[in-house]
Amino acid sequence: MATTIAKPESLIGKRIKRKEDPRLITGTATYTDDIQLPGMHHASILRSPYGAARIRGIDISKAVQHPGVVAVFTGADTKDVGPVPCGASLPGLRVPHHYILAIDRTYFAGHPVAVVVATDRYVARDAVDLIEVDWEPLAAVADPEKAIAPGAPAVHPEWPDNTAFTFHQENGEVDKVFAEAEVVVKQRITSQRLIPSPMEPRGVVADYKSGDKTMTIYSSSQIPHLMRNLVAQMLGIADNRLRVVAPEVGGGFGCKLNVYAEEALMGFISMRTGKPVKWIESRRENFLTTIHGRGHVDYFEIAARKDGTILGMKLKLIQDLGAYHQLLTPAIPTLSVLMMPGIYDFKNIRADIVGAFTNCVPTDAYRGAGRPEATHGIERMVDMLAAELKMDPAEIRLKNFVPNEAFPYATATGLTYDSGNYAEPLKKALGIVDYRKLRADQAKARAEGRLMGIGISTYGEICAMGPSPATPAGGWESASVRIEPSGKVTVMTGIKPQGQGEETTFAQIAADELGLSIDDITVLHGDTMVVQYGIGTFGSRATAIGGTALYLALQDLKAKIKKFGGMLLNSEDVSFGGGECVCNKSGKTVALSQIAGASYRAMKLPPNTDPGLVATNFWEPPNFTFPFGAHIAVTEVDRDTGAVQITRYVAVDDCGKIINPMIVTGQVHGGVVQGMGQALFEHGIYDENAQLISGEFMDYTIPKATMVPWIETDHTVTPSPVNPLGVKGVGEAGTIGASPAIVNSVVDALSPLGVKHLDMPLSPESIWKVLQGGRA
Amino acid sequence: MKQSITLTINGTKSTHEVEPRLLLIHFLRDSMGLTGPHIGCETSICGACTVAVDGKAVKSCAMFAIQADGRDVVTIEGLASNGKLHPIQDAFWEEHGLQCGYCTPGMIMTSRQLLERNPKPSETEIRHGIEGNLCRCTGYQNIVNAVKSAAQKMGV
Repeated sequence: MATTIAKPESLIGKRIKRKEDPRLITGTATYTDDIQLPGMHHASILRSPYGAARIRGIDISKAVQHPGVVAVFTGADTKDVGPVPCGASLPGLRVPHHYILAIDRTYFAGHPVAVVVATDRYVARDAVDLIEVDWEPLAAVADPEKAIAPGAPAVHPEWPDNTAFTFHQENGEVDKVFAEAEVVVKQRITSQRLIPSPMEPRGVVADYKSGDKTMTIYSSSQIPHLMRNLVAQMLGIADNRLRVVAPEVGGGFGCKLNVYAEEALMGFISMRTGKPVKWIESRRENFLTTIHGRGHVDYFEIAARKDGTILGMKLKLIQDLGAYHQLLTPAIPTLSVLMMPGIYDFKNIRADIVGAFTNCVPTDAYRGAGRPEATHGIERMVDMLAAELKMDPAEIRLKNFVPNEAFPYATATGLTYDSGNYAEPLKKALGIVDYRKLRADQAKARAEGRLMGIGISTYGEICAMGPSPATPAGGWESASVRIEPSGKVTVMTGIKPQGQGEETTFAQIAADELGLSIDDITVLHGDTMVVQYGIGTFGSRATAIGGTALYLALQDLKAKIKKFGGMLLNSEDVSFGGGECVCNKSGKTVALSQIAGASYRAMKLPPNTDPGLVATNFWEPPNFTFPFGAHIAVTEVDRDTGAVQITRYVAVDDCGKIINPMIVTGQVHGGVVQGMGQALFEHGIYDENAQLISGEFMDYTIPKATMVPWIETDHTVTPSPVNPLGVKGVGEAGTIGASPAIVNSVVDALSPLGVKHLDMPLSPESIWKVLQGGRA
Repeated sequence: MKQSITLTINGTKSTHEVEPRLLLIHFLRDSMGLTGPHIGCETSICGACTVAVDGKAVKSCAMFAIQADGRDVVTIEGLASNGKLHPIQDAFWEEHGLQCGYCTPGMIMTSRQLLERNPKPSETEIRHGIEGNLCRCTGYQNIVNAVKSAAQKMGV
């Protein structure tokens, strides 16, 4: 007679408070700047004040003599370290040698030139001002279109055309469909430079022990293992003697998915001085030297029939790369090309990328990384096409969606969309806003002379980066699960959260599989000496890939638990659930804590079974995942000031199965607000001399609490067939969906004035100018 | 030339010799080991360094340690008492009012002042009250929810 085990309620899909929060709300978490080591020195960096300049000479004598200064290093000292790595490869890619300190020339404002090491952070900063550099300012170029035009100043003298690479991708019969199209719409669309701005700037502490030749580097990073490999190469030390610890990380959004000059520079200093050294980035340095995002000028053309059927699209993409390639810089615009068809069913595409060097800090992955640019482009073009054909923007989308029966769907750009039901979130969002009534309200508002707009975006994105062949350094993820002798569980994951809450969601997965309380699970990450090799957190990959590795390790462990349980119960017919093994014949049970104890005590072992309860899994995903959704923004534009007010914002996202709805909604809120930041406020502006003039929070507007509306969220659930959890990823969705919804809404609001397109950010000033001119 | 200051931090009075130019945030973090308050901008914009000085929320990157002489300073570490979280801390946890946590200590200290001045704030009043504290993760919505929830708990 089989005994039924009372299975505890599943934790998957439950709103569970985060395990990481108690340390964060009490001020007891340890971020990089909180680390104090005995004898630790402080470093401060002299940076180029010019967009481009020749260094005729550097005099460090006064700085070296300053009381409290331990050492001053320049490019002459560090020229054999590095270079700062570029992990992306493209055919014919020009890769400038990226020294960790400039040698005889600087290429962007903020370029590191020299470093002071002192006993105190104030003294180090003082002594930076005592270094005398004989500068010869050179002509600089900051605008990517000007950079690739003839006669522009050469960013790197060896490549006067400022072209780092060109890239072409084509599918179908583009010329034919454009020749035969009944309507073609063209538009230049920009995605401006953005400054990621996590609240915690970067920081590095390096601690070299000469006795055993080991180095520990603490760095605020999304990728501790990749950093270990790359910094070990830069410093010429073995990877098994370098420990990288990413402690608590105060936000990343892609800008900490990188290896910067400062990790190797601090390592170099610690090796030379024999003491630990700390460098904490100031906010000013963060603006100048941590990667920026976006930086696109895109020329789109879309071809369609009169009934709204999209036939094809062309894109000429100019990517502002900045002066160097950081880790993934040249790869980011290729992601835009991959996603350029959006979630619409057409097969004719042509894309040409020009990667332009400019005298600016490099661009690289910022929340969405290439997909927001693509989504903004296709979603703007679909709206412009609808306007041209006098179709409703919801109707034209419903007409062109990839149909449900087409999945798995091979795209024009070579991807395979895993699963989708694209009409459902749109219909849901239209229902939430009561779309027909909203359009009637708009007609009334217009009759009253008010500028009310309704904007829709239906986005698709590529997540769970990704299958290893499609990534520069491995796209798998790892998990190790250790059931301790007490029966408590330690999970070690290769991902590295920066606020996404995987200590909780991963504990939910483990507790659920093992039938334990979530309090019995501890999740460790971010220390290369503690955790097996892993890849990290970016590209909405942590749960889809890292969570799957964990799930599979747990399956192996459960099989072993049953072997020990069977041995202890003297039964070959046992089940495991609810934290205990049960003999299906006698009904006798043995708790996991007893099983764990017995597995380590090992008085007796099941046949062909080793002691202990540990399992490790490295999971290689067979495909990316493709979340999608529909966002609707309702706006009203102030005729007198040009200010845009978002009066309603609805986000319906489909990220596959949801493990913790509270965390998923939080990711959507934060993502949407970053997308609003791009749409309305944020702009990284370099002037004609390549000076960053939006170089502080005073000049660069990230959204404040008063500047953003209430966000209404909902979901549809289309599980991914790519992984056993059915999850897709949600970290970037909000950002990708938001900017086109808002811009489409404001263009709709101003359409009675003849406005067809507006470039971001839609600042009051820019809208006011449009209102004064009547049209754009 | 160092100067002597005597101040109360989280209920304990002590005397220290400090450089006149030492910022209060560096004194708290580096000298006192109170790393709860964070440094996010050094220009008094972001509010990550917010502490209470004589009961008022102050951005401690914009104040010298010597200006705190004779004053009463409370940091995030001083909010919980006898292992029991302050209702605002509890509400931030309950409402998912934080993600990376970097802005959180400052955000909680500012919320504390907001609720002292206005025990039943509206959504608009909460947004105005925390406007001087930047958060890049949450989009502020769950922070608003947390402050509302704390107001209810503290009002009981």
